[in-house]
Amino acid sequence: MASVSMTVNGRAVSGEVEGRTLLVHYLREHLGLTGTHVGCDTSQCGACVVHVDGKAVKSCTMLAAQASGSTIVTIEGLADGADLHPVQAAFKENHGLQCGFCTPGMIMAATDMIRRHPEGLDEKTVRAELEGNICRCTGYHNIVKAILAASEAMAKGGKAKAA
Amino acid sequence: MYSVNYHRATSVADAASKAKGEAKYLAGGMTLIPTMKQRLAQPGDVIDLMHIGELKGIKVEGKVVTIGAGTTHAEVAASAAIKAVCPALCHLASHIGDPHVRHRGTIGGSIANNDPAADYPAAMLALDATIATNKRKIPAGDFFTGLFETALEEGEIVTAVTFVAPDKAGYEKFPNPASRYAMTGVFVVLDGGSVRAAVTGAGETGVFRSVEIENALAGKFEASALDAVTVPADGLMSDMHASADYRANLVKVMAKRAVGRAKG
Ligand SMILES: Cc1cc2nc3c(=O)[nH]c(=O)nc-3n(C[C@H](O)[C@H](O)[C@H](O)COP(=O)(O)OP(=O)(O)OC[C@H]3O[C@@H](n4cnc5c(N)ncnc54)[C@H](O)[C@@H]3O)c2cc1C
Ligand code: FES
Ligand code: FES
Repeated sequence: MASVSMTVNGRAVSGEVEGRTLLVHYLREHLGLTGTHVGCDTSQCGACVVHVDGKAVKSCTMLAAQASGSTIVTIEGLADGADLHPVQAAFKENHGLQCGFCTPGMIMAATDMIRRHPEGLDEKTVRAELEGNICRCTGYHNIVKAILAASEAMAKGGKAKAA
Repeated sequence: MYSVNYHRATSVADAASKAKGEAKYLAGGMTLIPTMKQRLAQPGDVIDLMHIGELKGIKVEGKVVTIGAGTTHAEVAASAAIKAVCPALCHLASHIGDPHVRHRGTIGGSIANNDPAADYPAAMLALDATIATNKRKIPAGDFFTGLFETALEEGEIVTAVTFVAPDKAGYEKFPNPASRYAMTGVFVVLDGGSVRAAVTGAGETGVFRSVEIENALAGKFEASALDAVTVPADGLMSDMHASADYRANLVKVMAKRAVGRAKG
Protein backbone atom coordinates (compact mmCIF):
# COMPACT_ATOMS: atom_id res chain seq x y z
CA MET A 1 0.00 0.00 0.00
CA ALA A 2 1.06 3.58 -0.53
CA SER A 3 -0.12 6.75 1.19
CA VAL A 4 -1.10 9.46 -1.24
CA SER A 5 -2.11 13.05 -0.78
CA MET A 6 -2.85 15.52 -3.53
CA THR A 7 -4.99 18.50 -4.37
CA VAL A 8 -7.84 17.61 -6.71
CA ASN A 9 -9.96 20.42 -8.13
CA GLY A 10 -8.86 22.68 -5.30
CA ARG A 11 -9.61 20.17 -2.54
CA ALA A 12 -6.88 18.47 -0.47
CA VAL A 13 -7.41 14.71 -0.46
CA SER A 14 -5.41 11.85 1.00
CA GLY A 15 -5.73 8.11 1.41
CA GLU A 16 -4.18 4.69 1.12
CA VAL A 17 -3.96 3.01 -2.29
CA GLU A 18 -2.36 -0.11 -3.69
CA GLY A 19 0.95 0.52 -5.45
CA ARG A 20 -0.66 -0.53 -8.74
CA THR A 21 -3.70 1.77 -8.44
CA LEU A 22 -3.85 3.99 -11.50
CA LEU A 23 -4.54 7.69 -11.09
CA VAL A 24 -7.73 7.32 -13.14
CA HIS A 25 -9.01 4.62 -10.78
CA TYR A 26 -8.14 6.71 -7.75
CA LEU A 27 -10.11 9.62 -9.21
CA ARG A 28 -13.11 7.54 -10.26
CA GLU A 29 -13.36 4.91 -7.56
CA HIS A 30 -11.86 6.52 -4.47
CA LEU A 31 -12.96 10.11 -5.06
CA GLY A 32 -16.10 9.42 -7.09
CA LEU A 33 -14.98 11.75 -9.88
CA THR A 34 -16.39 9.68 -12.73
CA GLY A 35 -16.16 12.44 -15.33
CA THR A 36 -12.71 11.15 -16.28
CA HIS A 37 -13.25 8.16 -18.56
CA VAL A 38 -11.32 5.01 -19.42
CA GLY A 39 -11.64 4.39 -23.13
CA CYS A 40 -8.82 2.06 -24.05
CA ASP A 41 -6.67 1.55 -20.96
CA THR A 42 -3.74 1.17 -23.40
CA SER A 43 -2.54 4.80 -23.50
CA GLN A 44 -3.99 5.50 -26.93
CA CYS A 45 -7.36 7.25 -26.72
CA GLY A 46 -7.02 10.19 -24.32
CA ALA A 47 -10.46 9.75 -22.71
CA CYS A 48 -8.64 9.77 -19.36
CA VAL A 49 -6.73 13.04 -19.81
CA VAL A 50 -6.48 15.21 -16.68
CA HIS A 51 -4.07 17.99 -15.75
CA VAL A 52 -1.27 17.11 -13.34
CA ASP A 53 0.60 20.20 -12.15
CA GLY A 54 -0.83 22.12 -15.07
CA LYS A 55 0.00 19.60 -17.81
CA ALA A 56 -2.29 17.25 -19.71
CA VAL A 57 -1.48 13.61 -18.99
CA LYS A 58 -3.14 10.25 -19.55
CA SER A 59 -4.33 9.26 -16.07
CA CYS A 60 -4.59 5.60 -17.12
CA THR A 61 -0.81 5.61 -17.59
CA MET A 62 0.18 7.04 -14.25
CA LEU A 63 0.06 5.45 -10.82
CA ALA A 64 -1.88 7.33 -8.17
CA ALA A 65 1.27 7.12 -6.05
CA GLN A 66 3.26 8.92 -8.77
CA ALA A 67 0.79 11.81 -8.52
CA SER A 68 1.10 12.13 -4.75
CA GLY A 69 2.03 15.71 -3.88
CA SER A 70 0.66 17.03 -7.17
CA THR A 71 -2.18 19.34 -8.06
CA ILE A 72 -4.80 17.68 -10.27
CA VAL A 73 -7.58 19.24 -12.30
CA THR A 74 -10.26 17.01 -13.81
CA ILE A 75 -13.23 17.85 -16.03
CA GLU A 76 -15.27 18.41 -12.84
CA GLY A 77 -12.89 21.21 -11.85
CA LEU A 78 -13.17 23.39 -14.96
CA ALA A 79 -16.53 25.11 -14.59
CA ASP A 80 -16.89 28.05 -12.24
CA GLY A 81 -20.07 27.05 -10.43
CA ALA A 82 -22.86 27.19 -13.00
CA ASP A 83 -20.64 29.04 -15.49
CA LEU A 84 -19.09 26.68 -18.00
CA HIS A 85 -15.40 27.05 -18.81
CA PRO A 86 -15.01 28.72 -22.25
CA VAL A 87 -13.86 25.40 -23.75
CA GLN A 88 -16.90 23.59 -22.35
CA ALA A 89 -19.14 26.39 -23.64
CA ALA A 90 -17.55 26.17 -27.09
CA PHE A 91 -18.09 22.39 -27.25
CA LYS A 92 -21.75 22.95 -26.39
CA GLU A 93 -22.12 25.80 -28.85
CA ASN A 94 -20.41 23.99 -31.74
CA HIS A 95 -21.91 20.59 -31.04
CA GLY A 96 -18.42 19.22 -30.41
CA LEU A 97 -19.73 15.92 -29.11
CA GLN A 98 -21.94 13.05 -30.16
CA CYS A 99 -22.08 10.29 -27.54
CA GLY A 100 -19.86 12.38 -25.28
CA PHE A 101 -17.58 9.60 -24.13
CA CYS A 102 -14.35 11.17 -25.41
CA THR A 103 -15.46 14.68 -24.44
CA PRO A 104 -13.90 15.03 -20.97
CA GLY A 105 -10.51 14.04 -22.37
CA MET A 106 -10.99 16.23 -25.44
CA ILE A 107 -11.80 19.25 -23.28
CA MET A 108 -8.88 18.67 -20.91
CA ALA A 109 -6.57 18.24 -23.93
CA ALA A 110 -8.02 21.38 -25.52
CA THR A 111 -7.52 23.60 -22.46
CA ASP A 112 -3.91 22.40 -22.25
CA MET A 113 -3.42 22.99 -25.98
CA ILE A 114 -4.79 26.53 -25.77
CA ARG A 115 -2.53 27.28 -22.80
CA ARG A 116 0.54 26.10 -24.74
CA HIS A 117 -0.35 28.19 -27.81
CA PRO A 118 -0.88 31.75 -26.55
CA GLU A 119 -0.07 32.90 -30.11
CA GLY A 120 -3.37 31.32 -31.24
CA LEU A 121 -4.31 28.13 -33.06
CA ASP A 122 -5.10 27.12 -36.61
CA GLU A 123 -6.88 24.02 -37.85
CA LYS A 124 -3.70 22.19 -38.81
CA THR A 125 -2.17 22.71 -35.37
CA VAL A 126 -5.35 21.64 -33.58
CA ARG A 127 -5.54 18.43 -35.63
CA ALA A 128 -1.88 17.63 -34.99
CA GLU A 129 -2.26 18.38 -31.29
CA LEU A 130 -5.25 16.01 -31.06
CA GLU A 131 -2.98 13.10 -31.94
CA GLY A 132 -3.51 11.55 -28.51
CA ASN A 133 -7.31 11.85 -28.41
CA ILE A 134 -9.59 9.51 -30.27
CA CYS A 135 -13.30 10.10 -30.88
CA ARG A 136 -15.00 6.79 -31.64
CA CYS A 137 -18.00 8.70 -33.03
CA THR A 138 -15.47 10.42 -35.35
CA GLY A 139 -16.92 13.86 -34.74
CA TYR A 140 -13.56 15.56 -35.22
CA HIS A 141 -14.84 18.32 -37.45
CA ASN A 142 -16.92 19.96 -34.73
CA ILE A 143 -14.34 19.21 -32.05
CA VAL A 144 -11.76 21.16 -34.06
CA LYS A 145 -14.28 23.96 -34.63
CA ALA A 146 -15.06 24.11 -30.92
CA ILE A 147 -11.38 24.31 -29.95
CA LEU A 148 -10.69 27.07 -32.47
CA ALA A 149 -13.73 29.00 -31.23
CA ALA A 150 -12.68 28.57 -27.59
CA SER A 151 -9.14 29.65 -28.36
CA GLU A 152 -10.43 32.85 -29.96
CA ALA A 153 -12.93 33.55 -27.23
CA MET A 154 -10.30 33.08 -24.56
CA ALA A 155 -7.78 35.27 -26.36
CA LYS A 156 -10.38 38.04 -26.48
CA GLY A 157 -11.34 37.52 -22.87
CA GLY A 158 -7.68 37.41 -21.86
CA LYS A 159 -8.41 34.07 -20.22
CA ALA A 160 -5.91 31.88 -22.05
CA LYS A 161 -3.61 31.92 -19.04
CA ALA A 162 -6.32 31.06 -16.53
CA ALA A 163 -7.25 27.68 -18.03
CA MET B 1 -1.45 -5.31 -13.62
CA TYR B 2 0.10 -7.55 -10.95
CA SER B 3 0.50 -5.96 -7.58
CA VAL B 4 3.62 -3.87 -7.13
CA ASN B 5 5.27 -1.84 -4.37
CA TYR B 6 5.89 1.81 -5.18
CA HIS B 7 8.98 3.61 -3.91
CA ARG B 8 9.93 7.22 -4.53
CA ALA B 9 13.66 7.92 -4.81
CA THR B 10 15.05 11.24 -3.62
CA SER B 11 18.49 10.99 -5.26
CA VAL B 12 20.36 8.80 -7.74
CA ALA B 13 22.20 7.12 -4.87
CA ASP B 14 18.91 6.51 -3.07
CA ALA B 15 17.38 4.99 -6.23
CA ALA B 16 20.37 2.70 -6.74
CA SER B 17 20.25 1.53 -3.14
CA LYS B 18 16.54 0.69 -3.49
CA ALA B 19 17.09 -1.34 -6.69
CA LYS B 20 17.13 -4.93 -5.54
CA GLY B 21 15.97 -8.17 -7.14
CA GLU B 22 13.10 -7.71 -9.58
CA ALA B 23 12.77 -3.96 -9.01
CA LYS B 24 12.42 -1.63 -11.99
CA TYR B 25 13.03 2.07 -12.35
CA LEU B 26 9.98 4.11 -13.28
CA ALA B 27 10.51 7.37 -15.15
CA GLY B 28 7.66 8.77 -17.28
CA GLY B 29 5.99 5.38 -17.22
CA MET B 30 4.87 5.77 -20.85
CA THR B 31 6.42 2.44 -21.76
CA LEU B 32 6.71 0.65 -18.42
CA ILE B 33 3.11 1.10 -17.23
CA PRO B 34 1.49 -0.16 -20.48
CA THR B 35 3.95 -3.08 -20.41
CA MET B 36 3.02 -3.88 -16.80
CA LYS B 37 -0.69 -3.72 -17.67
CA GLN B 38 -0.11 -6.29 -20.41
CA ARG B 39 1.79 -8.37 -17.85
CA LEU B 40 4.84 -8.35 -20.10
CA ALA B 41 6.75 -6.85 -17.18
CA GLN B 42 5.99 -7.78 -13.60
CA PRO B 43 8.42 -6.04 -11.27
CA GLY B 44 7.72 -6.57 -7.57
CA ASP B 45 8.88 -3.02 -6.90
CA VAL B 46 9.03 0.18 -8.94
CA ILE B 47 11.38 3.00 -8.02
CA ASP B 48 10.12 6.38 -9.17
CA LEU B 49 12.94 8.52 -10.60
CA MET B 50 10.82 11.56 -11.44
CA HIS B 51 11.39 13.41 -8.19
CA ILE B 52 15.20 13.36 -8.42
CA GLY B 53 16.40 16.92 -9.00
CA GLU B 54 19.83 15.88 -10.27
CA LEU B 55 18.25 14.00 -13.23
CA LYS B 56 16.44 17.09 -14.47
CA GLY B 57 17.34 19.93 -16.71
CA ILE B 58 19.04 21.06 -19.88
CA LYS B 59 22.43 22.74 -20.03
CA VAL B 60 23.93 24.25 -23.17
CA GLU B 61 27.48 25.61 -22.90
CA GLY B 62 28.75 26.79 -26.25
CA LYS B 63 28.05 23.78 -28.45
CA VAL B 64 28.01 21.25 -25.64
CA VAL B 65 24.49 20.09 -24.83
CA THR B 66 23.72 18.09 -21.68
CA ILE B 67 20.22 16.78 -21.05
CA GLY B 68 19.30 15.18 -17.72
CA ALA B 69 17.78 11.70 -18.04
CA GLY B 70 14.56 12.84 -16.36
CA THR B 71 13.93 15.62 -18.90
CA THR B 72 10.61 15.14 -20.68
CA HIS B 73 10.08 15.07 -24.43
CA ALA B 74 7.98 18.26 -24.07
CA GLU B 75 10.85 20.04 -22.30
CA VAL B 76 13.34 19.10 -25.03
CA ALA B 77 10.86 20.08 -27.75
CA ALA B 78 10.36 23.51 -26.16
CA SER B 79 13.98 24.25 -25.20
CA ALA B 80 15.13 27.53 -26.77
CA ALA B 81 18.71 26.74 -25.73
CA ILE B 82 18.75 23.43 -27.65
CA LYS B 83 16.87 24.98 -30.57
CA ALA B 84 19.63 27.56 -30.93
CA VAL B 85 22.33 24.92 -31.51
CA CYS B 86 20.54 21.74 -32.62
CA PRO B 87 16.94 22.38 -33.73
CA ALA B 88 16.71 18.86 -35.20
CA LEU B 89 16.56 17.38 -31.70
CA CYS B 90 13.64 19.66 -30.74
CA HIS B 91 11.89 18.66 -33.96
CA LEU B 92 12.41 14.99 -33.13
CA ALA B 93 11.12 15.38 -29.55
CA SER B 94 8.06 17.29 -30.73
CA HIS B 95 7.05 14.32 -32.91
CA ILE B 96 7.19 11.61 -30.25
CA GLY B 97 3.72 10.20 -29.58
CA ASP B 98 1.24 12.90 -28.60
CA PRO B 99 1.24 15.93 -26.26
CA HIS B 100 0.18 13.91 -23.19
CA VAL B 101 2.90 11.30 -23.77
CA ARG B 102 5.46 14.09 -24.24
CA HIS B 103 4.48 15.64 -20.90
CA ARG B 104 5.54 12.46 -19.07
CA GLY B 105 7.99 10.46 -21.22
CA THR B 106 11.70 11.11 -20.68
CA ILE B 107 14.85 10.90 -22.76
CA GLY B 108 16.45 8.58 -20.19
CA GLY B 109 13.49 6.20 -20.29
CA SER B 110 13.44 6.21 -24.07
CA ILE B 111 17.08 5.31 -24.53
CA ALA B 112 17.15 2.82 -21.62
CA ASN B 113 14.19 1.10 -23.23
CA ASN B 114 15.76 1.12 -26.73
CA ASP B 115 12.60 0.27 -28.63
CA PRO B 116 13.68 -0.52 -32.21
CA ALA B 117 11.16 2.05 -33.46
CA ALA B 118 11.92 4.80 -30.93
CA ASP B 119 13.16 8.19 -32.14
CA TYR B 120 15.86 9.22 -29.64
CA PRO B 121 18.25 6.29 -30.27
CA ALA B 122 18.76 7.53 -33.86
CA ALA B 123 19.64 11.00 -32.61
CA MET B 124 22.03 9.69 -29.95
CA LEU B 125 23.89 7.53 -32.46
CA ALA B 126 24.09 10.17 -35.19
CA LEU B 127 25.10 12.91 -32.74
CA ASP B 128 27.77 10.58 -31.31
CA ALA B 129 26.36 11.34 -27.87
CA THR B 130 27.79 10.10 -24.61
CA ILE B 131 25.39 8.41 -22.21
CA ALA B 132 26.32 9.11 -18.59
CA THR B 133 25.22 6.67 -15.91
CA ASN B 134 25.72 6.52 -12.16
CA LYS B 135 28.75 4.30 -12.88
CA ARG B 136 30.42 5.41 -16.13
CA LYS B 137 30.19 7.16 -19.49
CA ILE B 138 29.15 5.09 -22.50
CA PRO B 139 29.51 6.24 -26.14
CA ALA B 140 26.18 5.91 -27.98
CA GLY B 141 27.91 3.59 -30.46
CA ASP B 142 28.41 1.06 -27.64
CA PHE B 143 25.17 1.75 -25.78
CA PHE B 144 22.47 0.38 -28.10
CA THR B 145 23.20 -3.33 -28.32
CA GLY B 146 20.03 -4.91 -29.75
CA LEU B 147 16.23 -5.01 -29.65
CA PHE B 148 15.29 -3.45 -26.30
CA GLU B 149 18.89 -4.20 -25.26
CA THR B 150 21.49 -1.72 -24.01
CA ALA B 151 24.90 -1.81 -22.40
CA LEU B 152 23.28 -0.92 -19.05
CA GLU B 153 24.04 -3.37 -16.28
CA GLU B 154 21.56 -4.53 -13.66
CA GLY B 155 20.52 -1.52 -11.57
CA GLU B 156 22.58 1.00 -13.58
CA ILE B 157 20.87 4.39 -13.97
CA VAL B 158 21.14 6.71 -16.97
CA THR B 159 21.78 10.16 -15.51
CA ALA B 160 22.30 12.35 -18.60
CA VAL B 161 23.22 12.48 -22.27
CA THR B 162 25.81 14.86 -23.69
CA PHE B 163 26.73 15.77 -27.26
CA VAL B 164 28.50 18.49 -29.15
CA ALA B 165 26.07 20.22 -31.50
CA PRO B 166 27.20 19.51 -35.08
CA ASP B 167 27.35 21.97 -37.99
CA LYS B 168 24.10 20.60 -39.36
CA ALA B 169 21.55 18.01 -38.28
CA GLY B 170 18.17 16.86 -39.54
CA TYR B 171 15.63 14.20 -38.64
CA GLU B 172 12.71 12.82 -40.55
CA LYS B 173 10.52 9.83 -39.78
CA PHE B 174 7.75 8.04 -41.55
CA PRO B 175 5.42 7.65 -38.60
CA ASN B 176 3.38 4.52 -38.22
CA PRO B 177 -0.11 5.92 -38.86
CA ALA B 178 -1.51 4.32 -35.68
CA SER B 179 1.26 4.58 -33.09
CA ARG B 180 3.42 7.45 -34.44
CA TYR B 181 6.52 5.40 -33.68
CA ALA B 182 9.00 5.47 -36.57
CA MET B 183 8.27 2.96 -39.30
CA THR B 184 11.63 4.27 -40.45
CA GLY B 185 13.39 7.38 -39.23
CA VAL B 186 16.75 8.81 -40.25
CA PHE B 187 18.86 11.31 -38.30
CA VAL B 188 21.64 12.87 -40.39
CA VAL B 189 24.56 14.91 -39.10
CA LEU B 190 27.27 16.94 -40.82
CA ASP B 191 30.06 17.49 -38.35
CA GLY B 192 33.26 19.11 -39.61
CA GLY B 193 34.06 16.96 -42.64
CA SER B 194 32.29 13.85 -41.38
CA VAL B 195 28.77 12.63 -41.94
CA ARG B 196 26.77 10.32 -39.70
CA ALA B 197 23.36 8.87 -40.56
CA ALA B 198 21.51 6.72 -38.04
CA VAL B 199 18.39 4.75 -38.89
CA THR B 200 15.64 3.71 -36.48
CA GLY B 201 12.49 1.68 -37.01
CA ALA B 202 14.04 -0.39 -39.78
CA GLY B 203 16.86 -2.58 -38.47
CA GLU B 204 16.22 -6.15 -37.27
CA THR B 205 18.61 -5.50 -34.40
CA GLY B 206 17.55 -1.95 -33.69
CA VAL B 207 19.13 1.39 -34.51
CA PHE B 208 22.14 1.37 -36.89
CA ARG B 209 24.31 3.65 -39.02
CA SER B 210 23.82 3.42 -42.77
CA VAL B 211 27.18 3.24 -44.55
CA GLU B 212 25.53 3.72 -47.96
CA ILE B 213 23.85 6.97 -46.90
CA GLU B 214 26.96 8.23 -45.09
CA ASN B 215 29.29 7.53 -48.02
CA ALA B 216 27.03 9.24 -50.52
CA LEU B 217 26.58 12.32 -48.31
CA ALA B 218 30.31 12.55 -47.54
CA GLY B 219 30.89 13.76 -51.10
CA LYS B 220 28.10 16.31 -51.06
CA PHE B 221 25.72 16.94 -48.15
CA GLU B 222 22.65 17.42 -50.32
CA ALA B 223 19.54 15.37 -50.93
CA SER B 224 20.46 14.93 -54.61
CA ALA B 225 23.62 13.08 -53.57
CA LEU B 226 21.35 10.23 -52.52
CA ASP B 227 19.55 9.86 -55.87
CA ALA B 228 21.71 6.99 -57.05
CA VAL B 229 22.02 5.23 -53.69
CA THR B 230 20.55 1.78 -53.13
CA VAL B 231 20.07 0.78 -49.51
CA PRO B 232 20.27 -3.01 -49.11
CA ALA B 233 17.26 -4.73 -47.51
CA ASP B 234 19.46 -7.29 -45.72
CA GLY B 235 19.01 -7.06 -41.98
CA LEU B 236 15.92 -4.85 -42.22
CA MET B 237 12.63 -5.71 -40.52
CA SER B 238 9.65 -7.19 -42.32
CA ASP B 239 6.37 -7.04 -40.44
CA MET B 240 2.67 -6.30 -40.92
CA HIS B 241 3.48 -2.62 -41.45
CA ALA B 242 6.12 -2.86 -44.15
CA SER B 243 8.45 -5.31 -45.90
CA ALA B 244 12.23 -5.07 -45.69
CA ASP B 245 12.36 -3.80 -49.29
CA TYR B 246 9.84 -1.09 -48.53
CA ARG B 247 11.82 -0.06 -45.46
CA ALA B 248 15.06 -0.01 -47.50
CA ASN B 249 13.44 2.51 -49.81
CA LEU B 250 12.09 4.47 -46.83
CA VAL B 251 15.63 4.77 -45.43
CA LYS B 252 16.66 6.57 -48.60
CA VAL B 253 13.55 8.75 -48.78
CA MET B 254 13.70 9.72 -45.10
CA ALA B 255 17.44 10.43 -45.41
CA LYS B 256 16.77 12.76 -48.35
CA ARG B 257 14.10 14.61 -46.41
CA ALA B 258 16.30 14.76 -43.31
CA VAL B 259 19.12 16.33 -45.34
CA GLY B 260 16.63 18.78 -46.84
CA ARG B 261 15.57 19.75 -43.35
CA ALA B 262 19.09 19.82 -41.86
CA LYS B 263 20.11 23.07 -40.17
CA GLY B 264 22.91 24.21 -37.93
C1 LIG C 1 0.79 6.42 -27.09
C2 LIG C 1 2.28 6.41 -27.09
C3 LIG C 1 2.98 6.82 -28.21
C4 LIG C 1 4.38 6.81 -28.24
N1 LIG C 1 5.00 7.22 -29.37
C5 LIG C 1 6.36 7.21 -29.42
C6 LIG C 1 7.04 7.67 -30.58
O1 LIG C 1 6.46 8.11 -31.56
N2 LIG C 1 8.41 7.63 -30.57
C7 LIG C 1 9.10 7.19 -29.47
O2 LIG C 1 10.33 7.19 -29.52
N3 LIG C 1 8.49 6.79 -28.36
C8 LIG C 1 7.12 6.78 -28.30
N4 LIG C 1 6.50 6.38 -27.14
C9 LIG C 1 7.31 5.95 -25.98
C10 LIG C 1 7.69 7.15 -25.12
O3 LIG C 1 8.63 7.95 -25.79
C11 LIG C 1 8.24 6.77 -23.76
O4 LIG C 1 8.21 7.94 -23.02
C12 LIG C 1 9.65 6.23 -23.70
O5 LIG C 1 9.83 5.14 -24.54
C13 LIG C 1 9.99 5.74 -22.29
O6 LIG C 1 10.25 6.82 -21.46
P1 LIG C 1 9.62 6.91 -20.02
O7 LIG C 1 10.28 8.04 -19.35
O8 LIG C 1 8.15 6.96 -20.14
O9 LIG C 1 10.14 5.56 -19.35
P2 LIG C 1 9.44 4.41 -18.50
O10 LIG C 1 8.28 3.87 -19.22
O11 LIG C 1 9.21 4.88 -17.11
O12 LIG C 1 10.64 3.36 -18.48
C14 LIG C 1 11.00 2.62 -19.64
C15 LIG C 1 12.14 1.66 -19.28
O13 LIG C 1 13.35 2.38 -19.05
C16 LIG C 1 13.84 2.16 -17.73
N5 LIG C 1 14.35 3.46 -17.26
C17 LIG C 1 13.66 4.64 -17.22
N6 LIG C 1 14.48 5.64 -16.86
C18 LIG C 1 15.70 5.10 -16.65
C19 LIG C 1 16.98 5.63 -16.26
N7 LIG C 1 17.15 6.94 -16.02
N8 LIG C 1 18.02 4.77 -16.14
C20 LIG C 1 17.86 3.45 -16.40
N9 LIG C 1 16.69 2.89 -16.77
C21 LIG C 1 15.62 3.70 -16.91
C22 LIG C 1 12.64 1.63 -16.94
O14 LIG C 1 13.06 0.78 -15.89
C23 LIG C 1 11.89 0.86 -18.02
O15 LIG C 1 12.45 -0.42 -18.21
C24 LIG C 1 5.11 6.39 -27.09
C25 LIG C 1 4.42 5.99 -25.94
C26 LIG C 1 3.02 6.00 -25.92
C27 LIG C 1 2.30 5.58 -24.67
S1 FES D 1 -8.02 5.35 -21.28
FE1 FES D 1 -6.14 6.41 -21.01
S2 FES D 1 -5.50 6.73 -23.04
FE2 FES D 1 -7.34 5.56 -23.32
S1 FES E 1 -18.39 11.82 -29.07
FE1 FES E 1 -18.54 9.67 -28.98
S2 FES E 1 -16.49 9.11 -28.74
FE2 FES E 1 -16.31 11.16 -29.22
